[in-house]
Amino acid sequence: MKNLIKMTWVEAKLFLREPIGAFFTLVFPLVMLFLFGTIYGNKPSPYFNGYGTIDISVPAYTAMIIATTGLVGLVITMATYREKGVLRRLRTTPVSPLTVLSAQVIVLFLMTLLGMVLLIIAGKLVYNMRFEGNLISVLAGFVLSCLSFFALGFILSSLIPTARTAQVVGMVILYPMLFLSGAGFPRELLPETVKKISAFLPLTYVVNLLRGLWIGESWNLHLTELAILTIMLVAGVLVSVKLFRWE
Amino acid sequence: MNTQEVIKVENLRKAYGATLAVEDVSFEVMEGEIFGMVGPNGAGKTTTIECLEGLRKPDQGRLRVLGLDPQQESRELRRRTGIQLQQSSIPEKMKVWEALDLYASFYPDPANWEELLAQLGLEEKRNDFFSKLSGGQKQRLFIALALLPDPELIFLDELTTGLDPQARHAIWDLVRLVRAKGKTVLLTTHFMEEAERLCDRVVILDHGRIVALDTPQALIRDLGAEERIIFNLYTTLTPEFEKTLSMAGRIDVQGERITVNGSKSGTDSLVSDVVSLLTSNNVRFHDLHTEQPTLEDVFLSLTGRKMRE
Repeated sequence: MKNLIKMTWVEAKLFLREPIGAFFTLVFPLVMLFLFGTIYGNKPSPYFNGYGTIDISVPAYTAMIIATTGLVGLVITMATYREKGVLRRLRTTPVSPLTVLSAQVIVLFLMTLLGMVLLIIAGKLVYNMRFEGNLISVLAGFVLSCLSFFALGFILSSLIPTARTAQVVGMVILYPMLFLSGAGFPRELLPETVKKISAFLPLTYVVNLLRGLWIGESWNLHLTELAILTIMLVAGVLVSVKLFRWE
Repeated sequence: MNTQEVIKVENLRKAYGATLAVEDVSFEVMEGEIFGMVGPNGAGKTTTIECLEGLRKPDQGRLRVLGLDPQQESRELRRRTGIQLQQSSIPEKMKVWEALDLYASFYPDPANWEELLAQLGLEEKRNDFFSKLSGGQKQRLFIALALLPDPELIFLDELTTGLDPQARHAIWDLVRLVRAKGKTVLLTTHFMEEAERLCDRVVILDHGRIVALDTPQALIRDLGAEERIIFNLYTTLTPEFEKTLSMAGRIDVQGERITVNGSKSGTDSLVSDVVSLLTSNNVRFHDLHTEQPTLEDVFLSLTGRKMRE
């Protein structure tokens, strides 16, 4: 336990020392929020069932942060650690692999949470964002979304040999997904054909779930999302345990 | 006399696909000794050491390290051994003190890392990122990490590769210090000079097999190679003195430059024989130096090849 706490603390510092990772998790979503907030404000709009741009963007950008940390941050860190022999060095000590991976998950989770909290604070203070959900329910949806995406990230990082490839693969998977899933950009504005494609993207289910819970919808309306994300999580953990390599 | 076995290897064999890395390797390492595995790149040193560390699974052979099976009892082994790997790292932006503090938390009863920091001369670097350290400083940090468990046995794989001679000598002193604390050291190197100057005993590997195993001195002695004394005279060599001198060894004269080839007689070394002959006959000389056979020559005579080819 002592070593998990210490490792988590050091990994958190390392995360914040990497300017690019910290920027995309903590700063970039705020920039997007202020950009679209300045353009559209947060007036209720018929496009969004009577909610404003900011009301629907905060949960969507939260999904964006989850995808960024899970598919890029985690994958690059793990691929770098494997490529440079950081994992190899750890393997020579009595520390268990579970501790090493848990520290990563905890740090990325906390950073993602911090990213969401910053969005909420900015949305509330600057744009008077509406929040009609149940806090516990939203947090539960957030945790499920994070873990299922981190599991996906661990699978990717086991398949990818180098940090450089990880960067490319992460971007190639992430960017189209951000636009097509409604995370970077409200899905209401997408044409019908694109909406059909989005049904195949895991991030779509995170966006739907968080946006729904945000405005107070019940989990009963989101059983599909619950099922898909849970399957992703379970399958992801099983596969990544199977695939995990120290070097 | 301490004759406790710390490592026992019997008939180790390991292949990677069709490539045989190590075959029929057997040796023992005794408590408190600095034991070296030497040989050119690809001789099987790293494979052997990594099998002992429990990082690789041998195809055949019986290994005991601190009385443990490296595969079955790896957790226990890792608590009691310090390991420096040939290829490994810590995150670039981890600070020196953070690495030590973190790694110390992995062990039940770690050494005091503040003391290690001072001992290894890294105190001024404690707040520096790993990426800012020089090659020698990185190696010293890895030694510190390997010493953190306060281990009975420490593995050092290619410890000084890529270091300049000054840093290399500083690292040798550190290894001797570790041994002085009663710890056993198993190291690999492809520098014959390092093995010769640092190790109590060496095993020479070539193409995955043991070609020699003994103290460096015995290996050199068994080679039967001659020592060579070279000096310059101020005057030409008189026939009488040449005759006297030839009792010490074979003489080769090139003008004023004299070379004496021979092996030591009785207890005195060839140098003292030659020097005492020169002084007792009042022959003035300058620029005297000796050339002695090295482990490099041992390797050459055993394999017919030079180390660095």
